[in-house]
Amino acid sequence: MAPQLADLEVGQEVARTQVVVDRARLVRYAAASGDFNPIHWNERVARSVGLPDVIAHGMWTMGAAVGPVADWVGDPGRVLDYQVRFTRPIPVPDPGDATVEVVATVGLVDESAGTARIDLAVTLDGQRVLGKAQAVVRLS
Amino acid sequence: MPVDTGYAGREYAPNAVFEVGREHLRSFAAAVGAQHPAHTDTEAARALGHPDVIAPPTFAVVVAQRAEAQLFEDPAAGIDFSRVVHADERFTHHRPIHAGDRLVTVLHVDSIVERAGLAMITTRAEIAAEDGEAVATVVSTLAVRPEES
Repeated sequence: MAPQLADLEVGQEVARTQVVVDRARLVRYAAASGDFNPIHWNERVARSVGLPDVIAHGMWTMGAAVGPVADWVGDPGRVLDYQVRFTRPIPVPDPGDATVEVVATVGLVDESAGTARIDLAVTLDGQRVLGKAQAVVRLS
Repeated sequence: MPVDTGYAGREYAPNAVFEVGREHLRSFAAAVGAQHPAHTDTEAARALGHPDVIAPPTFAVVVAQRAEAQLFEDPAAGIDFSRVVHADERFTHHRPIHAGDRLVTVLHVDSIVERAGLAMITTRAEIAAEDGEAVATVVSTLAVRPEES
């Protein structure tokens, strides 16, 4: 049952999840996306350009963060618009992993357009890694 | 070599067709942890009215980056990828991308501006079906650090 626009209130939390990312996950994303920039899998290259470690693809983070919204809205095809700013990289240690927390809340309800804006707070150790992360979804 | 700001305003010819495959959508969905069955299960997608499995919302970046390569791999543009940081990204979906789509992309260089020593490059990939139907608009801004920083 898809959520109904009339039932939404600004500020309401609609989804919350934690996503774990490790090096294997980044290699998998590199293969699926075709983004083979070595800063996302080669520590030597990452450090040579001043990064603390291998970092996650920003586009992986963006993709992972919207999954809970697509699940909540009931059909990923209802995500009409999705934007983010990349504000802080996510270092991914080896051995180990990083845990990203995603909290999705209602930012705006537009009854005439039949859409809601869902705002995403995406954090690593309590610090935001994405800014202005907003998904516009179509609801009935 | 600095970024050539003269590329701002450029529009490229439509690029080669991108064929969207089911297995590619499934592997992309698995990579980003997109768990909705409409990405992997044809019947689940059809039950929602889609012709086939559909792409996760950020899959369009894979299509867009093929077109963006026309700019970034052009030595005359002066963009050194080792000095590039992704600043922001936006997807506007005119309809979902689905398996079986044959997509053609027109790349626009919307702006190149110097800000605080960084070159900010904003590109817009207009993704359409072969018959011209608008599918997605992908706007991406990259920051290029100067060589001595």
